[in-house]
Amino acid sequence: MPRAGLLQDIIDLTAEHTVLVLISMAFALAIGIPLGILLTRRTALRGWVLGFANVMQTVPSLALFGFLIPIPLIGGIGKRTAIVALVLYALLPILRNTLTGILGVDAAVRESAIAMGMTSRQLLWQVELPLAAPIILAGIRIATVTTIGTATIAAAIGGGGLGVFIFRGIASVDTTEILAGAVPAAMLALISDGGLSWIEKRFSPA
Amino acid sequence: MGSALTPAAGSAAVEFREVSFRIRDSLILDKLSFRIEPGETLVLLGRSGSGKTTALKLVNGLLFPSSGEVLVDGRPTTAWNVIALRRSIGYVIQEVGLFPHFTVGENVGLVPRLEGWPPERIASRTRELLEQVGLDPGQFADRRPRELSGGQRQRVGVARALAANPRLLLFDEPFGALDPVTRRELQDQFLGLRNTLQKTSIFVTHDVGEALRLSTRIAVLDRGRLEVLATPEEFLRSQAPETRAFLAVLNFEPRMHTDEHR
Repeated sequence: MPRAGLLQDIIDLTAEHTVLVLISMAFALAIGIPLGILLTRRTALRGWVLGFANVMQTVPSLALFGFLIPIPLIGGIGKRTAIVALVLYALLPILRNTLTGILGVDAAVRESAIAMGMTSRQLLWQVELPLAAPIILAGIRIATVTTIGTATIAAAIGGGGLGVFIFRGIASVDTTEILAGAVPAAMLALISDGGLSWIEKRFSPA
Repeated sequence: MGSALTPAAGSAAVEFREVSFRIRDSLILDKLSFRIEPGETLVLLGRSGSGKTTALKLVNGLLFPSSGEVLVDGRPTTAWNVIALRRSIGYVIQEVGLFPHFTVGENVGLVPRLEGWPPERIASRTRELLEQVGLDPGQFADRRPRELSGGQRQRVGVARALAANPRLLLFDEPFGALDPVTRRELQDQFLGLRNTLQKTSIFVTHDVGEALRLSTRIAVLDRGRLEVLATPEEFLRSQAPETRAFLAVLNFEPRMHTDEHR
């Protein structure tokens, strides 16, 4: 039998989880998109930054959370550390898709835009970003769905969210508790995926 | 030195002065010097790698000379505001480079929009240009480039280049990817537009027939050097080796009938 107050807990922890994801995604977007654009202009930096983002992605998430705890300012137990880790994970797909999306713009189209007398700002906003939008949005979608899943591990370092159910359920071998965390997390992921792919289609330029 | 900045009366539309262009160690253009007078169509004829496209890109500031200078209306390209220079020069390339996320009308009206024309003026200019290149504005203005045939796309490319009434038009093998019949139609249209608009044009091609049809003068480029600069009539009589090589292409077919068969 489900315990009393379970529904209220599900609502509270789902809200906490959503906030954790939204904050992390906001930071990841604010860093990833401008950095991706910068990398299209600075070839020398590209290898280093992508390398760093790639390495971050390969570190097992539980280990990354652990590594961050002893680091001053960003570390410690709690939400801040969780957000830092989630941002590091979300960064790669956003960064890489921004870069490949813009670099994938047809060379003849870019040359025409420059030859027509577009400034580099006009080239970016009127040509490169609109044409790269579906690929950038695909990156955002992947990052969002991954972050929703990874955020369940944030509970291990006191970050809260739906992971609280899962870790509690594992510890007490209580399947209901595990499902109370896993099912809402899966639903959040499905809803975000659906919503973002709808936006992706709306923004397809051609 | 200051005199170079003051456009003298009767100055050339475009002038190359001892222009060399280098990428690392390889010399793409070697001391190119010539003048293009207002209203003429100069065809740059050469093989792939002869430097003709590079020469074209030096005119609208997509590239700048390694040494020497390119003057547009008497001013070196380095002394121009490069954005203003490019907006005053129409540019048509083989791949057309239409913006796939813009309609045909938006593509044509691009430079006027960048120049801040009022919307009604852009709309009427767009209609006028589409008619000029033989596309019905009612039928085509709201379509996307991908819904057009290759020939129609290139017509839109020409209309876009003409939009802001440029001082000069640059064509980089614009009809090279089209079938021969469509190519001929667009060449005829080019001649028609030239006669009505009287625009100075530089036209790059490796098709000697096209060069003879469209040019007022032909410049033959051979590995970055200017071999011959001549009217079509003089060109046909030239004895210069690269020019003979191009003319041999024209003469190939009749010779095969007379000498080899029978």
